[in-house]
Amino acid sequence: MVPFAGWELPVQYEGVIPEHRAVREDCGAFDVSHMGEIEVEGPRAIELLQSLLSNDLERIAPGQAQYTLLTNERGGILDDLIVYRLDLLRFLLVVNAANAEADYAWLKERELRGSDVRDVSGEYALIAVQGPRAIDRLGLPDAPAFTFAEGELGGVACMVNRTGYTGERGVELLAMADEAAALWRHVLGRGAVPCGLGARDTLRLEACYLLHGNDIGPDTDPISAGLGWTCELSKEFTGVEELRRIRKEGPAWRLVPFVMDEKAVPRQGMAIAEGGEVTSGSHSPMLDRGVGLAYVPASIATSGTGLTIDVRGRPRHATIVDRPIYRREE
Amino acid sequence: MTVAAAESYPDDLRYHPEHDWARIEGDEATLGITWYAQDSLGELVHYEPPDEGATLVKDGTYGEVESVKAVSELVAPLSGEVVAVNRKVVGEPETVNEDPYGEGWLVRIRLSDPSEVGLLLDAEAYATLLAEQ
Repeated sequence: MVPFAGWELPVQYEGVIPEHRAVREDCGAFDVSHMGEIEVEGPRAIELLQSLLSNDLERIAPGQAQYTLLTNERGGILDDLIVYRLDLLRFLLVVNAANAEADYAWLKERELRGSDVRDVSGEYALIAVQGPRAIDRLGLPDAPAFTFAEGELGGVACMVNRTGYTGERGVELLAMADEAAALWRHVLGRGAVPCGLGARDTLRLEACYLLHGNDIGPDTDPISAGLGWTCELSKEFTGVEELRRIRKEGPAWRLVPFVMDEKAVPRQGMAIAEGGEVTSGSHSPMLDRGVGLAYVPASIATSGTGLTIDVRGRPRHATIVDRPIYRREE
Repeated sequence: MTVAAAESYPDDLRYHPEHDWARIEGDEATLGITWYAQDSLGELVHYEPPDEGATLVKDGTYGEVESVKAVSELVAPLSGEVVAVNRKVVGEPETVNEDPYGEGWLVRIRLSDPSEVGLLLDAEAYATLLAEQ
């Protein structure tokens, strides 16, 4: 167990690699109840959120979800999150644990008359069930990604969200906190392998999902990070002018995925001889190689370009690849 | 899939408090990491060995082993010159998890000061040290 944003979380149960493989080959379960939840409700809820979040909320209807960013005045990323449109006037934001309090304060300070912002993090537990057999094992119907519906699993009422952080099909189940243990037992009873933070990190890295605090943060902008697709630059939101400028002029740095050509495990903070540094690095269990994400000068940020990473004083060669680093053959 | 070895600390080995073992064979020794060390790290994914011919100094570092979670420096239990590197472990680092005292050895050295052996722990003393942690 390790402390994480005030929570005690398991790094692994049986081992990072077997847990990782379980999710790629079958089904794994993650207790991600540390994630924060913020509800925004009222006739002006959409107006408030449209002015603070980067993506265009008008594109989603009740029953749909959207990946979006909370940005600051400099166009930096305060948090990345998923917003669920519960109904026309009610939204649920699932945010990173480490940012939950700051996100809530940011929204609350900007609250409008007619947009009620509430921190409901303590009320909910969140269990992610991910993998090619996840839907089958839970006996759920197929549904498109980024949709959700009310459901019941093992007698526990929950919101069944078709979202995840692994690159596999699966669901994230939002239930009342006092029913979390029952839901967890039910999911494991259906054959899901319990997985810890370690596998969560290697899975998201192979899928090239960014980690706030590593790959993105208040001092990095979405355009450089490759998250321009989450920014509706034709609407007005915090920092949009700066983002329009970066889009127009082109970013100086770009976040790129890379794969090691030599045996070595890249780690966060390692310098790159061609410029920039590693923001996330680990060993890919599926490729059996070191992989990572790094900011490099935009002029060299193209797939196939070689990088030289300083692995504790040893220069080790890597190659920039297309996203994602790993995708399972269907 | 890697099948982890069961916990053991063989009597015929000598141990360094940094969780390294040495098997003394005349004026040479084979070195590796203990069951406890591999279990703490988890499945190994990388072994950065020293060059053959490199000089190891007792208590100094001579290479690295790395799991998904963490990197750990290898501490030399004895001084000497590297005469062999276990290439099998370079290619398949998980061998250390499967057989830490056998196939998972790391280097063989020619001892430069065999008297250092007397400074190492026997299996019982090492097990006592682990129990105190």
